[in-house]
Amino acid sequence: MIRRDDCIRLLAVHHTDEIVVPLYQAAFEWYAIKPWPLTYYAFGAMGQGSSHGLGFAIGVPERQVWVLDGDGSLLMNLGALVTIAEAAPENLVHFVFENGTYEANGAHPIPGAGVVNLAGIAKAAGIPNVHEFSEMEALAEALPGLVAAPGPTFVDLKVVPGGRYEYRWDVVHGPESRAIFRRAMQAVLAAR
Amino acid sequence: MNDTLNGPRILSTLKASGIEVVVSVPDVVTSEGLLRPISTDPDLRHVRVCKEDEGVSICAALSYCGTRALLMMQQTGMYDSMNAIRAIAAGYGLPVCMLIGLQGAVADEDPRRSEKHIVRCALPALDAVEVEHRLLRRAGDVPAIVPAIDGAYRRSRPVALFVGAMLPGP
Repeated sequence: MIRRDDCIRLLAVHHTDEIVVPLYQAAFEWYAIKPWPLTYYAFGAMGQGSSHGLGFAIGVPERQVWVLDGDGSLLMNLGALVTIAEAAPENLVHFVFENGTYEANGAHPIPGAGVVNLAGIAKAAGIPNVHEFSEMEALAEALPGLVAAPGPTFVDLKVVPGGRYEYRWDVVHGPESRAIFRRAMQAVLAAR
Repeated sequence: MNDTLNGPRILSTLKASGIEVVVSVPDVVTSEGLLRPISTDPDLRHVRVCKEDEGVSICAALSYCGTRALLMMQQTGMYDSMNAIRAIAAGYGLPVCMLIGLQGAVADEDPRRSEKHIVRCALPALDAVEVEHRLLRRAGDVPAIVPAIDGAYRRSRPVALFVGAMLPGP
C-alpha cells in the first residue's frame, strides 16, 4: 500500500504548471505539501471534483489538469467517468486515492470497500488510459510517462492514510482561495 | 405577429449572449426545438453529461476560463441538483447559467399557480437557494436572455431561464 501523503509528495515533485483540483483529505494534504495558486479547492459538493476538472480541461486545453479525487467522491459521481470518456480531453489526469473509507466524515467504509474495482469501472466507462498502483516504487517509475501521455487518464491509487494534516475547510470553501485561483487563471488566459 | 416561443430565436439569442459551450441532459420541453439544433451547431461545443450536477460544475469551472457556458436540463434535473446549485453556483457566487425546461407547464398559466406539484415548486425552489430566474413563455420574452446572461457574468451570480412552453421542432 501507498501512504497518501507520500504519493502527494511524489506528485508534487513531478508537478510543473498543471491546474490541480484536490478533494477532501487530498486537498488538505496538497495544501500543506504544495502551495500552488492554480489549485481549485472549491469543489462545493461531494463528487464534483472530476466534473470541475473536466470543465477546466475544456476551458484551458493548453494546460494539463490533475484531479486528486477520493473513492467515496468518485462513487458519488460515477457518471462523470462516462462524460469524461465522451468529452475525451487529452489534458485531464484523474487520480483517485482509494482508501476504502469516507475519511473526512468519520472514516466509515465506502460501499463495496475492498471489492469494487474502480479501474475496471473506468475502463468500462470508456476511459482510454487506466492505471492502478498499490506500490510506491511502481508508481514512481510509471508516473512521468503516465502524465506525459495524451489523456484522458485515470489512475487508481490504493492508499492508506499518512501523517496528520489540519482540516482546512476555510481553504476549501473560503473566498480567498477562489480569488487566488481566479487571479492565477487570469494570468494563464492573458498569456494566450 | 406570431408570439409563440421558438427554438431558433432562443438559439440565436444565446449565441448573441456569447455562449460557446452547452452542457446538457435532454429535456422534453426543449428537445426538438433547441437541443437538437444545438447538438449539430458548429459554433457551439456540446457536452453531454450523465447527471445535471456535473453540468453545474463544468459551467462553474468554465466561468474561470473566459468561456461562457449554458446548462440545459429539465426541472426534474434541477431538483436533483439542488445541492450543487446551492453550493457551487449560489454559495460561491459563480455565473452558472441554466436553461430549464418546465415540463408540464402551460404557456398561459403562472407556473407558481399550477395544479402540478412538479411545476409550481420549480421557481420557489430556486428562490430558496437565492438564484435569480426569468420565465420564457412567449417570443417577446426572448430578448431578456441577453441581459440575464450578461448580468450573471458581470455580477458573478447564477441565473436560470425557465422555458415554460413546449418548443416546436423544425
